[in-house]
This record gives sequence, structure tokens and C-alpha cells, in this order.
Amino acid sequence: MEKRVTFSRWTVGILFAVPQLLLIFTFFYWPAGQAVYWSLTLQQPWGGGNIWVGLDNFRSILSSADYWNSITASLVFAAISTGLAMFIALVLAALTDRQLAGSRFYRVVLIWPYGIAAPALALAFRFILAPEAGFMAVVNRMWPGFWDPGLDGADAMASIIAAFSWKYVGYNFIFFLAAFQAIPRSLIEAAAMDGSGVIRRFWDIQFPLITPTIFFLLVINITESFQDSFGIVDIMTSGGPANATNLMVYKIYSDGFKGLDYSGAAAQSIILMLLIVVLTIFQFRFIERRVHYR
Amino acid sequence: MSMIKHGLAALAAGTISVSLALPAIAAPAKFDFWFGLSGDLERVVQTLCKNFNESQKDYEVVCTSQGNYDATLQNTIAAFRAGKQPTVVQVYDVGTATMMLSGAYKPADRLMEENGYKIDYSDYFPGIARYYATSKGEMLSFPFNSSTALMYWNKDAFAKIGKTEAPKTWEDVGADLKALKDAGYECPMAINISANESWQLMEQFSAIHNQPIATENNGYDGLDARLEVNKTKFVQYVGDLKKWYDEGLIKIKSKDLGQDMVQAFASGTCEVILSSVGDHGTVTKTKKEGLNWDVAELPTYAGTERKNSLVGGASLWVLSGKSDAEYKGAAAFLNFIHDPKTALFWSTNTGYIPVTKSGFDYMKANGFYDKAPYKGRETAIASLTASEPTEITRGIRLGNFTQIRAEFGTQMQAIFANKVSVQDGIDTLVKNGDAILDRFQQTYPNKTLP
Repeated sequence: MEKRVTFSRWTVGILFAVPQLLLIFTFFYWPAGQAVYWSLTLQQPWGGGNIWVGLDNFRSILSSADYWNSITASLVFAAISTGLAMFIALVLAALTDRQLAGSRFYRVVLIWPYGIAAPALALAFRFILAPEAGFMAVVNRMWPGFWDPGLDGADAMASIIAAFSWKYVGYNFIFFLAAFQAIPRSLIEAAAMDGSGVIRRFWDIQFPLITPTIFFLLVINITESFQDSFGIVDIMTSGGPANATNLMVYKIYSDGFKGLDYSGAAAQSIILMLLIVVLTIFQFRFIERRVHYR
Repeated sequence: MSMIKHGLAALAAGTISVSLALPAIAAPAKFDFWFGLSGDLERVVQTLCKNFNESQKDYEVVCTSQGNYDATLQNTIAAFRAGKQPTVVQVYDVGTATMMLSGAYKPADRLMEENGYKIDYSDYFPGIARYYATSKGEMLSFPFNSSTALMYWNKDAFAKIGKTEAPKTWEDVGADLKALKDAGYECPMAINISANESWQLMEQFSAIHNQPIATENNGYDGLDARLEVNKTKFVQYVGDLKKWYDEGLIKIKSKDLGQDMVQAFASGTCEVILSSVGDHGTVTKTKKEGLNWDVAELPTYAGTERKNSLVGGASLWVLSGKSDAEYKGAAAFLNFIHDPKTALFWSTNTGYIPVTKSGFDYMKANGFYDKAPYKGRETAIASLTASEPTEITRGIRLGNFTQIRAEFGTQMQAIFANKVSVQDGIDTLVKNGDAILDRFQQTYPNKTLP
């Protein structure tokens, strides 16, 4: 028989939930509701009044080529940076789990990048990737004009992907390592005795057993790549050159706060929210099927 | 229970009476001033505030930097919506149209009149005053930190190609850049093509050549103004810049790439830049040992009758909804800033120019422009006063102009990356800019610019 604490009256349970509900209401439902309202009106920035415009804001956003460009850029960014961050972290964690020389050292070191604030790391990467002064200056000296994030959109995109992936490798690494270490040694040893090599053991035993972690990180990485990319874009490229790195979250900021178009920005954040919800539902619906929890 | 209630009531009453009594003891009436300058300039503003507080006993200004112009406007709007706005706020030049429609200000001229200060508005340089005045000429805000764009040129490099003067026309610039390149200079001229450079490349250029940026006299006459830079000399200018870039006569320099224009000039890497007079001090302080340089007015195309260049910078707005005491303080503060002596202090410690004729005369009389580090800054005044402002060179009064500047950067980058032709790029700038203006107009139905 499972032990369970029960309350005689359901009101007590509600009371315990109230603080949390209040927090969620204040910091999520209320602002989200406000955003929905703003997205259906034209707001004067100084609060002088507003006009009900129905779905006009959404119509004008969705008919703008710049906005579709921004969606494409966000999806490209999300796909590549999530792929990179998870792949590199997976390899590093697998190596650390094998107790190779120095694994204790980099187990600690690899966690640090996640602790660095996005703008700070963006500043560091701006120096590293500066075409005239940084590390890439050496490459540019060998092949002049090879690296030019100031004018070449693909180079600028590569810069922000590098910075974002670098940060999330640390985060993913922690989870992967924990997942690997939760696998009973006996399973791997048994496989080894049966004569399977490192790669074979990885694919047949370790990988299937860590699929819940992979799935969790996939959801988190994709969500974060839509949201946490702001600081990196702001410091490294400001959305340029020619809107090549104008990710959705950055466009919301520049339209809303720099351009004082609160209504347009509210509509964009609703679209972004819906996009993340749809992506997450998609992942749970189609990818989770292949996850083995037990 | 009732004891506690009474106790609390007594305590509350006590607190109220103490807080009511306090102002009587504490003499100076405090008011807030928010500004958007940071770093070295922030320290100068803080000194200015300290000087004001020490100059009299009745008022105390509390000055707070919000980091930059954008943040100052955003934070002020947020504060205003919450009813916690500062009394005085510094708003950058392109925020003027937004401020005028906000309904959130107290007109500066009325404030000064109500508080018994006589300000001679004709004392302001017309090029500066008109930028911030209404179409009828009323001053709603006070010009504060002001600058204009100049051409910085390396005298030694030009001496190598047999020139002792800065080029006056863009035709000459083209020839000189070619000569510099042939003489072995790697980077004859540096430019940048982000949103920020809309100021010198599009706005200043258009004013000097008396070319409109938008219809309705650059927006002064109505919210239905739309861009028209795709039909002016600006197109030819961008075409020339692009051609010179392709020929290696112009290099793009920006902070993101490792070195910005001003650094490139001060270090002797590049020989010509177009930048604000505000950078005059920076170049002086950071230049390579022995760099022999000067500033000149921006060039024009041959055969152009030169007009006044535009002012850049910010003005001081007084917000509505504050107490009489705070307004009294604000008026005294604005009067203090208006004083020629403050102009001398301000220009000595920053690269900004005086905004009034009396301030300029006072500085000249003090020999400011004869001394080495400041010599040359009078070129900015010459550029600003090159002519009486025309209907077009008064300034730019367009809504959400920050976003139009961003669009300028985007399209310039597309042009320089060979993604679109010069004409197509500028056509897109106009199309997207018009969408921004259209949206701004829809946001303010039944409202007109004062």
C-alpha cells in the first residue's frame, strides 16, 4: 500500500495552491492576457488611448516579407544551434562517462559556460570572431575576405550559433552525464563481455536508455533558442547585416521598445508563443513515441 | 483587538504628521532629471547638476542616467504610464515627433513664462531651434547637447598627394581618394553602414543639398508625410559610395568588426571619416602620436548651393503631471542651462557645441576656439549656420524615425553586400519606411502635429 498524506477537506489543498496560482496569474496569465488585448488594438505608447483594430496587427505582420524572413532565420538558428549544442554535449558526456584521462577536470570546467550571462559571452565572442582583430583575423589573412560577418549574413548567423551553442553545450552536458551515470554498470559490462565494442555499446545500450534525457533537452534547447538568443543577437549583430540575424525575439524587442510599436510587438509575441507551443506539441506527439521511459 | 487598532491608527497619524512636517525643515525642493548619456559624458552631466545645486538653495535636481537615448525614452514612457515620471527628461532629436504627439509634456516656453523667466528664443541658432520647434515656431523643449556632422581628414596623407585643403566637393573626394590609394594608403576613407550612420549619410547629406527626406516638408506639415529619398540626389550619393567601396577606396569600419570609424581615423589607419563634432575630443584624446589632422564641413556635389546642416543630439522636455514646486525647480534648472557660462563649461568638457549665439560669442570672447584642443570646432557652427534653414533643412519630423534609421542600415547592408542594386535598395527603404509612417499615423487618429 502506497503511503499518502491526505487532507480531510479539499479547501486546505486549494489554500496550499493559492500562492503558486497567484504567482502564475501575476507573472504569466495577466501579462499574457494584456499582450493579447494589445495585439488587437493600436496602442499609443504614452498611454493616450488605443483603437480596436481586430486582427489587423496580425494581418500586417503576416503579410510582411521581413517577418517571414525573421521566422526562417529563427528556425534555422533553432535547428542548427540545438543540433550542435546537443551533439557536442553528448560526445563530451559519453567520453567523460568512460573515465578517460582528465575527465574529472573537464566535468567541472564544461559546466561553467552555462553560468555566463548571454550578453557577456556575446561580448567575448564578438572579440574572438572579429574579422580584423580577433582569432578570425588570422584566417582572413590567409584567405582575404573569407570571414565578414559585417556584410555576409551567413557568417553573422554562424557567429550567433557558435555563441549560443557554446553556452548550451555546458547545460546539456550536465544532463547527459547524469543520464549516463544512471545506467547500471552491470549492463555495459555484460555487453562488453559479450564482445561488443564501445560504439556498439553506445548505440544498443546507452543511447536507448538516455532517450528521455535527449527528449527533455531537445524541448528545452529549442524553446531556449527562441528566447535566450536575445542577448547574443543584441550584442553581436543587432539583427544585421540586412536582417540576416533578426530573430523573432529580437524583432519583438526592436519593434516594441525601439520603435514604440507596442501593438505590433504584442502580436509578434503571441505568434512566437503559439509557434513554441506548436513545436512542443509536435515534439511530444511524434518524437516522444520513440522515447523509452522504463 | 481594539487597542491594537487604536495603536495602529495613532502610529499612522504620527507618520503622516511627521512626513507632512518634514518638507518644512528640509529646504530644497527636489525634482528628477533623467538623461541618456553614459561614461565620460555622464560624469559631465553630474557635475553640471552639482553646479546647479550649489548655485542656489531653493531647488535640488536629482540626475539619473538611463544609459542611452533609447532606454531613456522607453523608461520614461514606462514611468509615465505608472505615474512616476521625472520632471525633466532628455529626449533625442528623432524622438521629437513622438514627444509632440504624446500629450505628456508641458511646453517649455509656457513653463518659463509662468515662472517669470524671460528667454530670448531668437538667441538660439535657427538651425538648432527649428529642429525642436513646432511648425509655428514655438519651443516645446530646450535644445541641450547639440552637434553636427563634419569631415575629419588626415593632413599628412593629403600633403602626400599635394593637397593642403580638405576636398569641398564629392567629385574632388573621389579623385583624392583615388590619389590616396595610388600613394599607398590602404584605407583612404572609412564609413559604417548601420542605422546610426543614417544621420551623416542620409539626413545631413540631404539637408546640405536641400533635398527632401519626406513629403510634407520632412513631416513638419502633417502625419501623412511619406519618404522620398529614392528620387533625390541621395541615390547618386549612395551609388558613388558603393562604387568607391568596390574600388577599395572606402572600407567599412564598425565596432563589430574590431575597430570603429573614429578609432580607425585616430590610429591613422584610415584618412577620412564623416562623423559628429562630438568626436572631436575623442580624436584629440586617443590619436596616434603625431597625427596631423583637421575637420572640414561635409562636401557637396559640384554646383550645389550649400544649405545649413542638421543638428544632432537631444533636447530637454518637461513632463506633465508634476507639482508647482517641481516646475519651479525645472524652470530654474533650464534657465541655468541656458546661461552662456554653462555653455562654456558644457562645450569645454564635451565635444558638443553651444546652442545659442550668446553662448557662442561668450566662448569666442574667452578665446575657446583659439586654443589647440578645441580649435576647429567652430567649423560645426559654420556648417549649422551655412544658410537660413529652408522648409526642408529645418529638420526631420517623422514618427518612429528610429525604425526608419534601422531600415536604412538594413538596406545599406543589402546594397553593399551586392544583394540588391542601389536603386532597388533605396526603393525598399522607402517602401518599408512608409509602412512604419503609415502605422504611426494610424496610431494617432485625429491628431495633428503642433
